[in-house]
Amino acid sequence: MHPFEYVRATSVDEAIAALAKHGERARPLAGGTDALVMARAGRWELDALVDIKHIAETNVLELGSSEFRMGSAVACYRVYEDEQVAAKFPGLVDSASIIGGIQIQSRAGLGGNLCNASPSGDGIGALIVHNTTCVIAGPNGTREVAVEDFCTGPGRSVLEHGEFLVEMKMPMPQKGFGAAYERFTPRNEMDIAVAGVASSVQLDGDTIVSARVALAAVGPTPILSSAGDLLAGKEATAENISAAAQAASADASPISDMRGTAEQRIHLVGVLTRRTLERAVERARENN
Amino acid sequence: MVEKVRVRATLNGEPVDFLVAPYVSLLDTLRDELGLTGTKEGCNDGNCGACTVNLDGRIVDSCCVLGAEIDGSTVETIEGMAEPGKLHPLQQAFLEEAALQCGICTPGFLISAKALLDTEPHPSEDRIRFWLAGNLCRCTGYDKIVKAVQKAAESA
Amino acid sequence: MTTEAKGKYNVIGTRPIRHDGYDKVTGRAIYGADIKLPSLLQGAVLRSPHAHARIKSIDTAAAKALAGVSAVITSADFPGAHDTLVDLGEGAINFRYASNNVMAGDKVLYKGQPVAAVAALDKNTALEAAALIKVDYEVLKPVSTVMEALKPGAPIVLEDLEGQDLGEKIDGQTNQANHIRHEFGDVEKGFAEADIVIEREFDTAMVHQGYIEPHNATATWDEEDRITIWTSTQGSFPTRRQTAGILRVPDSSVKVIPLEIGGGFGGKIPSYLEPVAAILSRETGRPVKLLMERTSVFESTGPTPGTWMSAKVGVKNDGTITAATADLRFDAGAYPGSPVGAGMMCVFSCYDIPNTRIDGYDVVVNKPKTAAYRAPGATQAAYAMETVVDEICEKLGMDPLEFRIKNAAKEGTRRADGPIHPIIGAIQTHEAAKASDHWNTPLEKNGPDGKLRGRGIASGYWFNIGLKSAVTISVNEDGTVALTEGSTDIGGSRASIAMMAAEVLGIAAEDVRPHVADSEGIGYTDVTGGSRTTYATGYAAHDAAQDVVVQLRERAAKLWDVETDEIEFANGNYQSKSDPELRLTHKELASKLGSTGGPVVGSASVDPEGAGGAYSTQICDIEIDPETGKTDVIRYTIVQDVGTAIHPSYVEGQMQGAVAQGIGWALNEEYFLNDDGAMVNSSFLDYRMPTSLDLPEIETIIVEVPNPGHPFGVRGVGEVPIVPPVATVANAIHDALGVRLRTTPMNAGSILSALAAKK
Repeated sequence: MHPFEYVRATSVDEAIAALAKHGERARPLAGGTDALVMARAGRWELDALVDIKHIAETNVLELGSSEFRMGSAVACYRVYEDEQVAAKFPGLVDSASIIGGIQIQSRAGLGGNLCNASPSGDGIGALIVHNTTCVIAGPNGTREVAVEDFCTGPGRSVLEHGEFLVEMKMPMPQKGFGAAYERFTPRNEMDIAVAGVASSVQLDGDTIVSARVALAAVGPTPILSSAGDLLAGKEATAENISAAAQAASADASPISDMRGTAEQRIHLVGVLTRRTLERAVERARENN
Repeated sequence: MVEKVRVRATLNGEPVDFLVAPYVSLLDTLRDELGLTGTKEGCNDGNCGACTVNLDGRIVDSCCVLGAEIDGSTVETIEGMAEPGKLHPLQQAFLEEAALQCGICTPGFLISAKALLDTEPHPSEDRIRFWLAGNLCRCTGYDKIVKAVQKAAESA
Repeated sequence: MTTEAKGKYNVIGTRPIRHDGYDKVTGRAIYGADIKLPSLLQGAVLRSPHAHARIKSIDTAAAKALAGVSAVITSADFPGAHDTLVDLGEGAINFRYASNNVMAGDKVLYKGQPVAAVAALDKNTALEAAALIKVDYEVLKPVSTVMEALKPGAPIVLEDLEGQDLGEKIDGQTNQANHIRHEFGDVEKGFAEADIVIEREFDTAMVHQGYIEPHNATATWDEEDRITIWTSTQGSFPTRRQTAGILRVPDSSVKVIPLEIGGGFGGKIPSYLEPVAAILSRETGRPVKLLMERTSVFESTGPTPGTWMSAKVGVKNDGTITAATADLRFDAGAYPGSPVGAGMMCVFSCYDIPNTRIDGYDVVVNKPKTAAYRAPGATQAAYAMETVVDEICEKLGMDPLEFRIKNAAKEGTRRADGPIHPIIGAIQTHEAAKASDHWNTPLEKNGPDGKLRGRGIASGYWFNIGLKSAVTISVNEDGTVALTEGSTDIGGSRASIAMMAAEVLGIAAEDVRPHVADSEGIGYTDVTGGSRTTYATGYAAHDAAQDVVVQLRERAAKLWDVETDEIEFANGNYQSKSDPELRLTHKELASKLGSTGGPVVGSASVDPEGAGGAYSTQICDIEIDPETGKTDVIRYTIVQDVGTAIHPSYVEGQMQGAVAQGIGWALNEEYFLNDDGAMVNSSFLDYRMPTSLDLPEIETIIVEVPNPGHPFGVRGVGEVPIVPPVATVANAIHDALGVRLRTTPMNAGSILSALAAKK
């Protein structure tokens, strides 16, 4: 492994400066559970890792009146151990509590999970169905990107060298909002999704005003499925959910690899879409 | 040539002050720089928990942390678990319940289990199994490990 | 259910804290990777990325030039490989193949085979240097499965392999190292007499032992050409022999110091790093430490064979087995020597079958050379036999335990490969399963949320081995004893060995100080494996303690100026038969050793033949989500005949740990190869071993049918428990879903496919 420096940034500007110094041979470091493994495996050749965990903005975990802000370095355990956050965002808790195990969740966060841009990232779908906006800082200032546009390919994102994700923000859930994430893994923990689906619905009575369905591990990036649009304006019935599940399966374009076959994944997407929509609807009904 | 960095931290209750190359993991830092070989390497990629230590009150895989990152932090390893001449109740329970065979995973399990009992003194079996799923054991099938944790919880 | 100390034993059957326990729960115990030496260099090994290739050249110049590098070696630095077959106890090795396996010659035969090695000031520099070594490969087409390797025109793995078929040499090049057969009676006649005949084919994937501690070795090669090795090994003496053989030095030039070992299950019997570390030390004049990365543990050590098998069983309507045949084809990996022979010894051994024929094939493929994995070969064989038996019971409408009891092997039954069974506990194991709470608790077939449940049962056999062990016991003046033995302790064995000595001497287990010596500190001792340690090293401890007793009687006689025959040892006391006033406890007599001739040291060396054989019957309840194929084992019971449970906690531990491995093997574990024959899932993320959340409580039922071939009735316990689980799980899946899976792993994908095909 190419020897690299460790730089601890204490402000956004410091981080930008440190990243600029090394260009494409520097990367931001948050939880480290992906970054160190990748560096050690020789996937990147680095001159520096810039630690962004000691910056105030990346540690924000704030429930506002209309907006929820989560810093990019916030570790998974903070999401589910904060009673208020957990109560408002059970769909995010679904993801945060199954990435790796307890040791991983002490360090890894949804921000790093997103930046790692794995097609099977367990946090990304949940962020998509919560209508998340990504706040990126770089040498040219700050910019915002919708999370469904963040990943551009396996391990690739819109982040340019010298930029880093500072925070993610999403609307506070209205009454009648519910979300859920479920994945299929062969083991009960410490595993990686063969397929995963996140769903959210905004109910008005029994009508789905809007919905989002996002698919993990069935394409080169997480997929914002057409199933969500299909449900808009429809009743939350088993029949409509089933049709949405079929649409989600049709949107999946998985490969066959050591974790599963394409056929298996397409089938699982249908099952998981149905299950997460049902749970999202259930949570939406409770949330009034 | 990348220079070593200076790290000051609290390790098993005592201040430490040392130099380490910035790209060296906390696991290797403990084992090689600080001479504490109780924390073990099983996979070096965050998938087995043999390297578990307690960092600022949370259990982590030390292979996924840099030694340089612990500057200003508090770390507890297996070497700090017992008091002089007196085992921690978990260590005692592991011995009495035969919760180890080869013993390589044992330090990681003890650190993980201690973190659980420190925050949840009477966890259910399901909760224990969930909490410990980040620690792999190939010898015991986990049965006696779970029973040892339950025994330690009861004796507290 | 557990065993309490029987009326006849004071120490055996109790549960003292193991003697090495305090060091292991505090992190003080020194495992192989923990050793520190002055001037230590760190090593790294460069391994082939290709599953099959010719090495055209190796350019080490850039690596040698890197600052901090002390030496770079290739096979050119090793003595020439030579064909010598040497018995290691658990299988023989050919040194030419072993040498090439440790450092490839002109060909690489599996992804991960070592091609060069580096010693440097620190680990990262060694790894950087290894990456600078330029190897020019001519990539060849690999062959990855037994059946592909046996086809005409298949890529030839070993160009000079002299293949055998039923004792005849095969003409020309082949991947078939051997084909052997055991035949008894007339199987055609037997099948003709049967009312039901079932024949099935099976495919199992290669799996790894999965020990958490990677391989390690630290070596020094000094000015006298004496080599010292510190390592985690399953046997100092076999390591010495392999290392010396590969380095072409006398055994006595190599000293192996075993450090604590973090699991082996057979996989740490072969030497991978020791010879490499030794050569690096020779070149640098300094100690060199090599640690394997986890990826290399999967790709470059000794997994268990993948197989193709068929099994055919014929029965009468009353359930009597009339004939059985099996065709077991095991992939040996890159060099010959799969455990197909052991699989053949076990496949039918739960039963008394009058007509049998078993064919076994040892086939080389472009995968790592296989090594022993806990009852090697028997798990695969049991998968075939026990699932066919399950189908037969279903067709007959017969209770599977009744079937097993009816056809059970017993004392006097001829094993299919020839030996006659001594006293064994097959029937008792089945009876205990039949009486178990698990078997008598009905299973609700419909689980929550549409899940389906099923129950499976299967049995297994392992022959166990004896082999050589030596023990010495020295008596301290306070009556405690120091016990020196050579069996490296992987699972708590030193406690059981100490307990057996304590039992003989009439002292407490805590008053024995067991110590595992290096290869110069104790007489030759075979591997910790083959389920032999408690049996054979315990036997030696028993005999050494008896020797101590004889000598203590002599000392008492000397003290009281009588004939030794006058002195008896009873109830922990040394006393005169004629004068009851003349009596001393062991402790009291120990305090007088200095004045009666000096220390008392007892010793024994054994090679016992009566290991006995062990049986296990297991019951599994499984819950399956038919929408996803996800399986959860919700209840598991293992019944096993252990002869006599010396330390019941560690006996239970062996049973439970093996079941956990078997469940992983059944449901998720496999070597997943890409089209180039390379393993792609060589990490603990994608090589899926069960976590604590993937297993239920594992209930243990210990059956004791004492083995007359051991002074305390011990039977080996370590291996037989891994024989039934894959079949047990397969039978449970069938009970839940009505589908029979004959390929491992029986994972969610294959369950979904089977369910879809069923519709």
